[in-house]
Amino acid sequence: MFKFFGKQKKFSASQFKQKEVPEKLYNKCESCSEMIYYQDLDQNKHVCPKCGHHFSLKAYKRIELTVDLGTFREFNKLMKTKNVLDFPGYMDKLDKASKQSGLKEAVITGYGDIQGKRCVICVMDSNFMMGSMGSVVGEKITRAIEKSMKHRLPLVIYCASGGARMQEGIVSLMQMAKVSAALKKHSEMGLLYICVLTHPTTGGVTASFAMLGDIILAEPGALIGFAGPRVIKQTIRQELPEGFQSAEFLQDHGFVDKVVNRNDMRKTLYRILKIHGGE
Amino acid sequence: MEKNKILLDGELQRVKHDPLENVNIARSIERPTAKDYIDMIFDHFIELHGDRAYGDDASTIGGIAMLNDMPVTVIGQQKGRDLDENLKRNFAMPYPEGYRKALRLMKQAEKFNRPIICFVDTPGAYCGLGAEERGQGHAIATNLFEISELKVPVISVVIGEGGSGGALALSVGDQMWMMEYAIYSILSPEGFASILWKDSSKVKEAADLMKLTSFDLFNLGIADKIIPEPTGGISMKGPYQDCMQYLKDLLVGEIRSLKAMPIKGLLKKRYQKYRNIGI
Repeated sequence: MFKFFGKQKKFSASQFKQKEVPEKLYNKCESCSEMIYYQDLDQNKHVCPKCGHHFSLKAYKRIELTVDLGTFREFNKLMKTKNVLDFPGYMDKLDKASKQSGLKEAVITGYGDIQGKRCVICVMDSNFMMGSMGSVVGEKITRAIEKSMKHRLPLVIYCASGGARMQEGIVSLMQMAKVSAALKKHSEMGLLYICVLTHPTTGGVTASFAMLGDIILAEPGALIGFAGPRVIKQTIRQELPEGFQSAEFLQDHGFVDKVVNRNDMRKTLYRILKIHGGE
Repeated sequence: MEKNKILLDGELQRVKHDPLENVNIARSIERPTAKDYIDMIFDHFIELHGDRAYGDDASTIGGIAMLNDMPVTVIGQQKGRDLDENLKRNFAMPYPEGYRKALRLMKQAEKFNRPIICFVDTPGAYCGLGAEERGQGHAIATNLFEISELKVPVISVVIGEGGSGGALALSVGDQMWMMEYAIYSILSPEGFASILWKDSSKVKEAADLMKLTSFDLFNLGIADKIIPEPTGGISMKGPYQDCMQYLKDLLVGEIRSLKAMPIKGLLKKRYQKYRNIGI
């Protein structure tokens, strides 16, 4: 079982922590404006202790909070985007996004254990070009699905995306078909796929793998939709109702199984994995 | 390019279209709609209504018919010729129930071993309150997921506008063909300009960059065939019969050869078609 780790470099969760940019001493909650001491915020998994607002999380931080210490093995760490459509200025934009976020692309994929339950995990990061899905995001997720089929492991995908990546045009759009077809194969093998929708999950990601989980979880307050609120407002020329397209709204309308607080997420994932058996 | 380009009126057209001009032709009100193709190519078409869950979406039509001596299922996105009809058809922008009706008819086709032909012509999936409440993203995602394993041949022909996920949900089969002046893109050029430059009037610049003509899609390996049209585009007011007859002959031939393939091979090839797009 362990031999497939051979080629991969080991990263422990604590290493990610060291690499991160030092945070401000105090952070202001976007929702209730409370000033929160960084250590308190970090201890509460970046959820506002006063109002429960879920701050956005960087991909490695999310992995650190989700998988057992030292168990994460990253796939395709160096895969970089090509300018498939020769879109002017795209490579510069990618470089900038890479410098700002410390990531090579908008998704991190790999193996990890959740309280001893091994799974394949993909985590999207909205800090990299709005978490948009281009060919690398599509490819990394497809390869992760193929790994989970090869080793018959459950799959967990944390979604966070503004949608398809404009600069890769039609090639981005086709990633929706590619990932969905891979998920269908995964499903036919009787394997479990859990998706966790985080703020924001929209566009092409919503219209593909974000809505295809056997079990769909969401973080409280996350914006989840096909079209973004600005586009809908422009189309229908009226104000949107309070709470429209929130995680709770989707649960009420039957598209999300359960809204789960970040502090309970790891436990919830573990319980679902346990009920579905496996290692 | 040449291998799939055929002679119409004895003249081989190899001129690349001006993208913006091409966009305008693709949207022309004189172009044949899905229903026009259905009437010309098939016999005994019976329209079947409803998604068996919520309602009947008039933007998407579908039913059963004969293609020469072969029973088939036909689905199309239907534009109107005047304002009244366009209001009824929602300008061919489907609600989730349009996609669910399409999938219901596809599953029915699978049960009775009928090949499926889709005519794609939509500015995009509809953006609005009801569409979001009833799961636009979920409806599109489910189509991508299920079509990838449908055990009958699926051919899609983009006849006018192939707008984003709304078009993708009906065009992920074994073969994706485009009428010569049809377009297929991640977003309308107006939307694209609005997202990238916050200026929806820069349509020409957007169209030039987007690679949305049939020639571009063919060169990217996404469109499998281009169906030649009369110079300046097919029109119900001009000679359209030869072009449609040619499409019909191609459909008959292609379905025969797809039906002759063992189903496992067919599905493998379908999977590979999308698996190979991107990195």
